[in-house]
Amino acid sequence: MATTYTAIATVEVGAGGASSIDFTGIASSWTDLVLHLSIRSNRATQVYDTGRIRFNSDSGSNYTASRRLYGNGTSAVSDAPAITNSGLFEMPTAAGATASTFGNIQIYIPNYAGSNYKSYSSDGVSENNATAAYASLIAGLWNSTSAITQVNLLPYSGTLFDQYSTATLYGIKNS
Amino acid sequence: MHKVIVDCSTGTITEVELTAEEIAQREADALAYAEQKAIEEAEAAAKAAAKANAEAKLAALGLTAEEIAALSK
Repeated sequence: MATTYTAIATVEVGAGGASSIDFTGIASSWTDLVLHLSIRSNRATQVYDTGRIRFNSDSGSNYTASRRLYGNGTSAVSDAPAITNSGLFEMPTAAGATASTFGNIQIYIPNYAGSNYKSYSSDGVSENNATAAYASLIAGLWNSTSAITQVNLLPYSGTLFDQYSTATLYGIKNS
Repeated sequence: MHKVIVDCSTGTITEVELTAEEIAQREADALAYAEQKAIEEAEAAAKAAAKANAEAKLAALGLTAEEIAALSK
């Protein structure tokens, strides 16, 4: 871990869940951002969900289709889901998994305050006290030269992040 | 439905009801998800059908099930 790894803010979802988690007012003081998530969505039946990530609340078609590699220990899929109004991250645990289990996810956003388009990567695993579990790697791109001042996290097919989900935003300098 | 907003400049966390515009965006997202899922399922079904068709043709040529399975490893 870089010595300049600084926790900017952390949040735990309360009773009733949350339809999104929005980090706003992000200063340009760091070189990179990292999000660590322990998260679960209310997607029915399935053991995992995908998440959407948006920057500065931009829901326009300004995201390159994410490159994704995911698998469950038996088979693997490499694809690029045709979603351009958000980036993607994985794997929040979902309602089909063991209760009170949460997916572990890291999202890395280098040079978030620069003037180039903003890339990011996510790596994550679902958690389940049963056989079915998944791991995923995603590379994404927001086609904007604006500095990132907001990060918006939403469930993809579920409608809520469940209570006790947590998200922490870190800033990294000189990484 | 509400969203959680974390203001990193102050550390303040607030829970805010979604606006009509945000609800409309969620509904549009859900529609896009359904469309994307339909595309993925159609592609998976087409791939499975092509695989089954290819295996049937190989079997007709005299390959055993073990020999056909070995081709995909």
